[in-house]
Amino acid sequence: MKRVLSTSISVGLATGLYGISFGALAAVAGLDLLSIMLLSILMFSGASQFAFIGVLAGGGSPISAITSSWLLGVRNGFYAMRLNSVLSPRGLMKVIAAQLSIDESNGVSAAQSDLKSQRYGFWATGIAVFVFWNLATLLGALAGDFLGSAETWGLDAAAAAAFLGLVWPKLKDNKILALAAAMVAVVGSFFLPAGVPVLLTVLVALVPRRSK
Amino acid sequence: MTLTVIIASLAVFSWKMLGYLIPQKWITDGIRAFSERVTVVLLTALVAVQTLVTGNQVEFDARVPALGVAAILFALRVPYIVVVIAAAATAAGLRLLGF
Repeated sequence: MKRVLSTSISVGLATGLYGISFGALAAVAGLDLLSIMLLSILMFSGASQFAFIGVLAGGGSPISAITSSWLLGVRNGFYAMRLNSVLSPRGLMKVIAAQLSIDESNGVSAAQSDLKSQRYGFWATGIAVFVFWNLATLLGALAGDFLGSAETWGLDAAAAAAFLGLVWPKLKDNKILALAAAMVAVVGSFFLPAGVPVLLTVLVALVPRRSK
Repeated sequence: MTLTVIIASLAVFSWKMLGYLIPQKWITDGIRAFSERVTVVLLTALVAVQTLVTGNQVEFDARVPALGVAAILFALRVPYIVVVIAAAATAAGLRLLGF
């Protein structure tokens, strides 16, 4: 459990690095502090949040900002399905678990071998990411102007490395699946709007596995 | 703006909640295996896009060596947070040098 907790806190801290750039970008996009914080507290889904501010910053309408973040949130639904069978939460816990069902919490949970660690990994990571993501958003929103661009600090590469770390334990048994997903996402990026190619890879997961 | 944010947040939450409201008995072993595979493909796709794609183009920039460094360190079982910081430092350093 100690090892799981240390992973969870590490993931939370790493997400925090990315959260700083979210807060800063949102401020640059012209959002007020209340709206920026509501995005991190209520929406609490990195890709959807970046899409939301990205569309608005690019001159898009509120409707298209809502639609983009909504479509990008669909993968949380897949995670939630998996997590529901792992956690079997009841009542209010269902709602809290749902809010915390994101890439990171599901990733750490799925990387564990036994059920107890899978549950622990979900809650510890979900809470750690929630705390650090929101603190970082606030910090970024307030200090964004001094930091300059996220790229200068390598925060874009940090985000890629953070996701690589989440999927790493699963890659060994899923090499072809992962390779196919990467190819579909990259090729799709040539002609599809941002966010859609990643979702398209769900089709890759539909191809049944022939042997273990 | 605040109202737009709240509507968008509820829209995103609807997916999360839906996953918990689908009755357990509908979730067969096949669906469970599928959602495990979905986790792998989505995370891998995020890695690929965030490493290689800028807008509608593939770009080999400082992110690629940074991810290479991350992969090597993960293989060496270096702690997660150290790897993430090393990846950021690699990209930031290369950009400082003009890549």
